Amino acid sequence: MSKLIRMDHTGHSTIAEWTADDQGAVDAAVRAFSAELDRGYLAMVSAGPGQAEQVRELPVDADLVILRLPLSGG
Amino acid sequence: MAAVEVLPEAEALYWRPRVDAARLRHLGRLWTLSAAFHVLPFVSAAALLMWAQPLALPVALACLAHAWIIPELYAQRGANVLRHRARQADGPEQRSVGLLGDLVGHDARNLHARTGLVIEPGALGVWIVGEAGAVLLHGRRKQAYCYCIKVDAKHPGAGELPSGDRIAHLLLALRSDEQGFATVANLAFAGARWRLRRRMRKELRPALDAALLRSDSASCVAR
Repeated sequence: MSKLIRMDHTGHSTIAEWTADDQGAVDAAVRAFSAELDRGYLAMVSAGPGQAEQVRELPVDADLVILRLPLSGG
Repeated sequence: MAAVEVLPEAEALYWRPRVDAARLRHLGRLWTLSAAFHVLPFVSAAALLMWAQPLALPVALACLAHAWIIPELYAQRGANVLRHRARQADGPEQRSVGLLGDLVGHDARNLHARTGLVIEPGALGVWIVGEAGAVLLHGRRKQAYCYCIKVDAKHPGAGELPSGDRIAHLLLALRSDEQGFATVANLAFAGARWRLRRRMRKELRPALDAALLRSDSASCVAR
């Protein structure tokens, strides 16, 4: 089961869950993903140990997609 | 999967030169020069006063105090980037630390439990990542580069993030584009590691020691 989570004031919230063979769940996850990107979130997936990648489309085969807010210099 | 290679936050700062090893060396030299320009006039003035009039000892001592305190203030500014911020409620804090634990290895989890900081090796050196900043140990001398960087406060909810999430935000950005991360961040201090260590809170110092150890072992492997 793949998950789309958003880091927020609760620690993190699960926005969508899907399996690649459940097209309905994938479509719902894609919609939720786009909505979060429209709100200004950035999506990250792990790309191996110590590596991460930012993505602009939902990677359906990823186990975990994390939504983060943009950063700025302090 | 449409992956993005450059951190979007860094793309937005098109006027800033991208930070690489050469740029770091340049910045390190500028900081050393700037420290020398702050210290030398006061030390020279103290020496001149003592040579001209030994009764001016109190003024000479005041000059020396200035020469000592200015670099210390800069180092304090550097150490502040790793200070912990206000905690949220226990539930969100624990959930956020759980997620952060999933992103890092066993050793990093243990270190985070002890210090609240996470060690992350990168191509530029070894990073110590905190809630509102990160310190990079770079180069043969493992000079400390202290960066202020945090979740952009313009976004609703940014101020309510629990500590683990604040670190995870920085960690994910660092892992996706290390040079971009250093470009977005503001350099608060660059200088000798010992100077930074002295200004860090005692409970945070094991993170600096662990980063140095990691940095040394990486250097040994590289050789």
